Amino acid sequence: MSKQIIVPFGPQHPVLPEPIHLDLVLEDETVVDVIPSIGYIHRGFEKLVEKREFTEYVYVAERTCGICSFVHGATYCEGIEQIMKIDVPERAQYLRVIWSEFSRLHSHLLWLGCFADSFGFENLFMGAWKTRERVLDFMEETTGGRVIQGTSKIGGVRRDISSERLDKMVKDLDILDQEMKELTTVFLHDDSVRHRLRNVGVISREDAYHLGAVGPTARGSGVAIDMRKLGYGAYDRLNVPVITDSCGDCLSRCTVRAKELFTSTDLIRQAVSKIPDGPVEVKVTGAPDGEYFTRAEQPRGELVHYLKGNGSKFLVRSRIRTPTLTNIPPLIKMLQGCELADVPVIVLSIDPCISCTER
Amino acid sequence: MTAQAQATTIIDVGKLVGSVEHYRNEGYRLVQIGCTKVGDTYEINYSFDKDYHFENIRIVVSADTEVPSISGMYWNSFIYENEMHDLFGIQVRGMNIDFKGTLFRTSVKYPFSQPPVTVTKGDKP
Amino acid sequence: MAFFEMVRTALRTVLQQPVTILYPAQAAKKTPISRGHVVHDGSKCISCSICVKKCPSQAIILNKEAKTWQIDRFRCVVCNSCVDTCPTKCLSMDTQYTAPAAAKGIETFTITYVKPPKPEKKDEQKP
Ligand code: SF4
Ligand code: SF4
Repeated sequence: MSKQIIVPFGPQHPVLPEPIHLDLVLEDETVVDVIPSIGYIHRGFEKLVEKREFTEYVYVAERTCGICSFVHGATYCEGIEQIMKIDVPERAQYLRVIWSEFSRLHSHLLWLGCFADSFGFENLFMGAWKTRERVLDFMEETTGGRVIQGTSKIGGVRRDISSERLDKMVKDLDILDQEMKELTTVFLHDDSVRHRLRNVGVISREDAYHLGAVGPTARGSGVAIDMRKLGYGAYDRLNVPVITDSCGDCLSRCTVRAKELFTSTDLIRQAVSKIPDGPVEVKVTGAPDGEYFTRAEQPRGELVHYLKGNGSKFLVRSRIRTPTLTNIPPLIKMLQGCELADVPVIVLSIDPCISCTER
Repeated sequence: MTAQAQATTIIDVGKLVGSVEHYRNEGYRLVQIGCTKVGDTYEINYSFDKDYHFENIRIVVSADTEVPSISGMYWNSFIYENEMHDLFGIQVRGMNIDFKGTLFRTSVKYPFSQPPVTVTKGDKP
Repeated sequence: MAFFEMVRTALRTVLQQPVTILYPAQAAKKTPISRGHVVHDGSKCISCSICVKKCPSQAIILNKEAKTWQIDRFRCVVCNSCVDTCPTKCLSMDTQYTAPAAAKGIETFTITYVKPPKPEKKDEQKP
């Protein structure tokens, strides 16, 4: 047996956009064990819920993450609406789906870019981010914010999208689809990419399931869990296909995300074709008393917001369990036995979002 | 909007390991472990899911109770248990990876068990 | 076997105009509803302090005696909450982002609103 050495990885690393630190125990070039550590940017704003009225906390909840912010805001609102038994108008539910799916497009395109960067394909990285810009432009035109949309509110949404704008959007989706098709062809069929990702960071179906993997990390190993199937919001009236891939390696996880881009555009089209007219918000009176676990599908996987109110304007507890937190144990499993040079690619393949992990 | 059925069972700390084992044998996956401070006691929720069926068990403990770790059944529970220890000060016995309070390095010890800090308006830098 | 899948896209990009904007020589992208920064209209503000309570980041300081309405641009997260809740609509969202600054500071607006004479009479009667 050769000597073991420990190589620190992160929190500052060229491929990592966010701070996670891993102590890699190496034998020659092979990783035998990994000790993760987070906590560099812990913000503790779950505590803030005790100091902010529940109606204002939605702005705080939305700032959990800088990428899938809309989903956080909408999930929080949904939790409160469930506790207070508020019926959200149909149109608002559909609008939430539209914005959530745009968030997913934005997040996946961003990730595909970062991932290309991690295996050194700079041109593809630029290409993905160029396409992402279209999604962000749409976001800014309809909500006023590129990244933090801020349109969810308790009892509905704060802005409506006119039907002309929705029609134009569907037309623009065709261009977006075209561009994404070009991009994903490279990810899925280019030999140099396939060669780099195939059989790297493999995690079996059983391991992925029992270690609590969620989202594309789980679906890449053939575990078909997608919280959109729960039918929250307007998802119960839409046809949501669950994309899975069976190999459990980096290429599988990449394939799942690449294919999900097209399910997202498809869902937006479905939502636009079904969206009813009507009000987008209801008036909310009273305060939440009770508790609820809201689960929603974020671009990275299952998100849990646990909310507990005691009948006053201030909630007792808001607990946000983000997908990255639960994807860390599977990540450790993937890293055991891999080569040192593959570590950056594998870490990125779970789409780590450490900022949202450290609420 | 369809409400998701959510059953919460309150159990004793002593029965925790047995109940969790039951879920594990039934093939549930661990969704989350979360702690809530209610008055002087702490509610700890263990949530499980199988085929979109959500179940939740809860133990109610005082600050000095030692909670057994469930990392023997669910290897991934260490991340939640360490979180619970670092933020709430709950002592967890027998974790497979014990960070000993270094997973979240906070300036205030066990911040979530303290009363909220009041920021006085106007005296900002 | 598929090599050089990217070549076609890459070549086309070479022939196109750049998609990036030469900021600050060219103006940044904006939309009519972009959230840039909060503007306060002192002539309409009734000092009700609703905006202070509704601000999630506690960026607003209202001083009723000195008749000033102050905002800390570094605390403000541009969430639009104050604009939505202001009863007299004296707050508005400008589309221009705040300029970068080297030091933190508080921006002060003076409230010039004078109560119309009728309610003032009421005040006199009270004591
Ligand atoms: S925009 Fe939001 S953060 Fe800024 S001052 Fe208004 S309420 Fe406060
Ligand atoms: S800005 Fe508007 S909300 Fe704030 S004190 Fe003045 S009138 Fe009231």
